Amino acid sequence: MTVAVTDELQAMKTMVKNFVENEVEPYAQRIEDEDAIPQHLVDQAKELGLFGMSIPEEYGGIGLNAVGKAVVLEQLGRTHNGFVSLISAHTGIGSTGLVKLASEPLKQKYLPDMAAGKKIAAFALSEPGAGSDATNLSTQAEKKGDQWVLNGTKHFITNAPVADVFTVFALTDKEKGAKGGITAFLIEKDFPGLIVGKKDKKMGLRGSYTAQVIFDNCIVPEENVIGEVGMGYMNALRILGEGRIGLAARAVGSCDKLIELSASYAKERVQFGKPIADNQAIQWMLADMATETEAARTLTMMAAEKVDDGKKVIKEASMAKLFASEVFNKVADKAVQIHGGIGYIGEYPVERFYRDARITKIYEGTNEIQRLIIARRILDEN
Amino acid sequence: MNLFVVMKRTFDTEEKIVIDDGRVAEESAEFIINPYDEYAVEEAVQLKEQHGGEVTVVTIGDEEAEKELRTALAMGADKAVLINTEEDLEDGDAYTTAKALAEFFKDKEADLILAGNVAIDEGSGQVGPRLAEFLDIPAITTITNLEVDGSQVLIERDVEGDIEKIEATLPLLVTAQQGLNEPRYPSLPGIMKAKKKPLEELELDDLDLDGEEIEAKTKTVEVFLPPEKEAGRVLEGEIGAQVQELVSLLQKEAKVI
Repeated sequence: MTVAVTDELQAMKTMVKNFVENEVEPYAQRIEDEDAIPQHLVDQAKELGLFGMSIPEEYGGIGLNAVGKAVVLEQLGRTHNGFVSLISAHTGIGSTGLVKLASEPLKQKYLPDMAAGKKIAAFALSEPGAGSDATNLSTQAEKKGDQWVLNGTKHFITNAPVADVFTVFALTDKEKGAKGGITAFLIEKDFPGLIVGKKDKKMGLRGSYTAQVIFDNCIVPEENVIGEVGMGYMNALRILGEGRIGLAARAVGSCDKLIELSASYAKERVQFGKPIADNQAIQWMLADMATETEAARTLTMMAAEKVDDGKKVIKEASMAKLFASEVFNKVADKAVQIHGGIGYIGEYPVERFYRDARITKIYEGTNEIQRLIIARRILDEN
Repeated sequence: MNLFVVMKRTFDTEEKIVIDDGRVAEESAEFIINPYDEYAVEEAVQLKEQHGGEVTVVTIGDEEAEKELRTALAMGADKAVLINTEEDLEDGDAYTTAKALAEFFKDKEADLILAGNVAIDEGSGQVGPRLAEFLDIPAITTITNLEVDGSQVLIERDVEGDIEKIEATLPLLVTAQQGLNEPRYPSLPGIMKAKKKPLEELELDDLDLDGEEIEAKTKTVEVFLPPEKEAGRVLEGEIGAQVQELVSLLQKEAKVI
């Protein structure tokens, strides 16, 4: 199955590919070494409209549909994954709640600045005691007059150190819990009582920052509730669901890049008097890498197309995330193997991709949780 | 300012050229805006941003060229015109293109026409100057800087590595050299807007031309790839003898002197 790509989408694909190859790639090693993304690259990404890809046109973005986002994110996945994380955490889970669920005044207040990249967004659900068990939140929100007061700690929050706005989930009714007792809030970084902790030291995704976010009697105006009070958990699932397709698309793009790097290295590297690409052992690895990547791409695009058709995709989105992240890890492993010793050295991109691949099996729902979701759907359907 | 850019769809610079049945095979190739024309588009858009006005991009070709026109619109051009010769013309050359463009420009009040210095496919570098000749306006080629002040234009052009400074007046045609600017990427909003911008399609008929009038003045006799580069040869022996051998090889074998 191939998804029909319109001329506009083809133009976007070409633009993003050229942008990452010509502008971002030359800085990839520097991002890795300094654990920082040069400001000019962030500015360029903003000018190109990448921060507004999922925000509707009436709020200053371009409102790409799911296939469009997948096409753009796939191309972004070809370059430094930390750089891509900054953008996709913003356009994905960081923006989706507002776009899909927020009140009109809330949308008008925040979305235009988010579309322009003037305000960076983050999504804060996970807590030290609530990872896969996302309903086990301990962050609480208490209504006092026309304000909410939040107390608790979130962790592993992507973009937290650079974010201006957070979509935060807190318990508003302990008794009800996940069934009507969790609410989503839009919280600005300058609201009194919001403290961003120090950034985490991660295995990969350098240049993209995650940190704790602490709420110490943080005061949030009533109008900053996203969606209905008590409906936060269902909303979180909805936001995460579609975001998984984007993660899968990024992984596919990274696989494409790894295959290209591996094939050209195999043709250049001479051992026993011939390029290693002449060896069947290498050829088989390349064949598996490419076959699995195409399968992941097809699954991802199928899920995206279903979203655009207005169908439920919880199962398909989980399948795409599960499969693409596992393929990414396998492809990165083979890419290191083909590169041999050089693949283990930090000055070559394959070593970086290998580390960056690992988190994709964990974040935004571990692959175990994805399997659980898929299995439940199958059992429900049959 | 009323700005026009004449541009061409060409092979991507990364493409491998394959000759099939005496022609360059185009089936699976990627196409782009000729890179020199891209400088011209960027310069026109920058001039519009500084001085106001409108940018129209024009190309001659078949329907496929719409994609490259849309890219120029996404970069900031306002209008596009495709002169579609698919039905009326087998093969054209620089004369054909310049003549058809001249007809198109006859009733246009262009302040400035920008073109690429050369197209990377056929590389004649003639369309711009020929067009200016037909329109009876001055042409300045290989420009690397352009400043407009009223109807006065200050230009720097690349002359084999040196810079020549020229003062000119509008209307004028210039051709862009590498170094003139850094073409922007079309932004995502730019690409979305481009599909709503006007793209007019004309046929030779609409320009009161027929295929014969603009028939190519040149004929392609043969199309072939350059010979594959062979390994170099290292001469040995006494210096004097080496020099003699080199001169004789250059004369007899390489036939370059």
